[in-house]
Amino acid sequence: MANYGVIAKFESPSALLHAAEKVRDSGFTNFDCHSPFPIHGMDEAMGLKRSKLGFIIGAMGLTGALFGFGLQTWVHLVEYPLNISGKPYFAYPAYLIITFELMVLFSAFGAVFGMMFLNKIPRFNHPVFYSDKFSDVSSDAFYISIELTDPIFDENKTKSFLKEIGGTDIEVLSDEN
Amino acid sequence: MQKSDYKSRALVNAEQLLPGNQTFTSITNDIAGVPEQKKTPIQWWLLFGLALSLLGVFAGSLGYLIWEGTGIWGINMPVAWGWAIINFVWWVGIGHAGTLISAILHLFRQNWRNAINRFAETMTLFAVICALVFPGIHIGRIWVAYWFFPLPNQMGMWPNFRSPLIWDFFAVFTYFTVSLLFWYTGLIPDLATLRDRAKTSLRKKVYGFFALGWRGGNRQWQHYELAYLVLAGISTPLVLSVHSVVSSDFATSVIPGWHTTIFPPYFVAGAIYSGFGMVMTLSIIARKVYNLGHIITLEHLDKMAQIMLLTGCMVGYAYAMEFFVAWYSGNPYESFAFVNRALGPYWWGYWAMIFCNVVVPQFFWFTKYRRHIPFLFITSILVNIGMWFERFVIVVITLHRDFLPGAWAMYSPTIWDVAIYLGTFGLFFTGFLLFLRFLPMVSIAEAKLVLPESNPHHGDDH
Repeated sequence: MANYGVIAKFESPSALLHAAEKVRDSGFTNFDCHSPFPIHGMDEAMGLKRSKLGFIIGAMGLTGALFGFGLQTWVHLVEYPLNISGKPYFAYPAYLIITFELMVLFSAFGAVFGMMFLNKIPRFNHPVFYSDKFSDVSSDAFYISIELTDPIFDENKTKSFLKEIGGTDIEVLSDEN
Repeated sequence: MQKSDYKSRALVNAEQLLPGNQTFTSITNDIAGVPEQKKTPIQWWLLFGLALSLLGVFAGSLGYLIWEGTGIWGINMPVAWGWAIINFVWWVGIGHAGTLISAILHLFRQNWRNAINRFAETMTLFAVICALVFPGIHIGRIWVAYWFFPLPNQMGMWPNFRSPLIWDFFAVFTYFTVSLLFWYTGLIPDLATLRDRAKTSLRKKVYGFFALGWRGGNRQWQHYELAYLVLAGISTPLVLSVHSVVSSDFATSVIPGWHTTIFPPYFVAGAIYSGFGMVMTLSIIARKVYNLGHIITLEHLDKMAQIMLLTGCMVGYAYAMEFFVAWYSGNPYESFAFVNRALGPYWWGYWAMIFCNVVVPQFFWFTKYRRHIPFLFITSILVNIGMWFERFVIVVITLHRDFLPGAWAMYSPTIWDVAIYLGTFGLFFTGFLLFLRFLPMVSIAEAKLVLPESNPHHGDDH
């Protein structure tokens, strides 16, 4: 049974934010701040880089637009030229609507599935779920978790450090129940 | 700085939008408490029974339609688009408020939307499902409805992408998919809340499965918030495009009364108007049945009424402008089409539309009416009756008399037109009531953001 890391509870969003700043400043990199809703300014407090999701969405949107325009052009010019009242085959203004719709559709897939990919979900088992109290985090509790894999992690030191910066209900979690 | 009596804007906002002393815990308990109820309220069962009966009507009449063909409808040769297209446009229009509330108001940082966005998004989903039924059955041979999709097939046939009817399919299909993704993304943190509070193993498993193992860590919130923001950003032009494309079905034709450039903005304004009407109707019922008056407050209803006033005036302007342009164009067919709307054999349809869409919202200039719940309830229903008549005016009154008097005819629906229309209410309300019973009707995570405590700088004196 290997340990996973330590969690500590904080009182409020602002306590969590200030604690996150202290955790960041003491050099931890493999930690997370759990809250029932996103907290403004937490990314800077944790020292996180900008999310890469925008690139995924942009690439998907571009793919959608090119696919939409390409599909219509190919169908009307190559695969199935359909003469309707002598109207042009390459009627690019008429293609723009489906091009736009497919760009939006692909970007939306990029946003949602890209978010899942970067968040590594679905993941149904995780050591934090073994804590009984941690489940309050989806209602009204604020937690910091520091993982064992963090290069400067030391169980006792980390525990006392979390206590020092105002954490309560400190728990050591294991990989298996 | 000393703490003074001065109240910050956030505090005043929170007092109006979440009255009473609410905390993070009380919000969770109040909202999550509804799907966790041991005993389902009797009103819910009554409404659900009614919805299921209508769903039965829907299934029966749809079955008969597929068996017998579209000849059972009242459509005839000049009026080839009868109730089916009216209902399609009507339901799609209703769907628009959902995206408007969740996407556009999110981009404008209108916090008051947090109490009603889940509601409105769900309404959008089921309204668009109801809408999608109609083009599917209107093609007559529903078993080849997949021909809408650009799929390679053994006949070597492809859709004609230069036709607005196929644009419409792409627009509505994209709209449905994006709305579903948006709705589900918003639900993930709330599903995690329900998972963490679940008492039975079945609930824990089902909610847990759909919550995808959400842990609420900021490393997750970071990507989540960006995904949500981008979804809002791309839904905004999408929602404007959808009803514009629907209006192109009409506007790109050469029928007098349809062939006008005002159609796209006019359709979008009407769609938002009717959608807010529907959100209003549903939220008044839900806050009553589930005692959520402190979460969906008078303030919310007031703001929705203001948007209805704005969009109602926009459609009123469009009606007037259509008339003016018909006269100003000097085109006799165009002028006739409009005079025929107001004074022809279907004059009652036109004036019902004017009354419900132009006259009724004028009461919303006054705070008294915007905060009078029975009045709001009745007007919100009138709004949707008016918007149904608007589509009746556009589809039936325009088509029944076009260029040559020899081709004119009258149109009247049959019992099957009515049955399928009423049936879609069964489809809509069955879905909606199941949502109310099993999922949080207000976004738990977002409702908390209205509380000033959710701001990490709350209490810092700077």
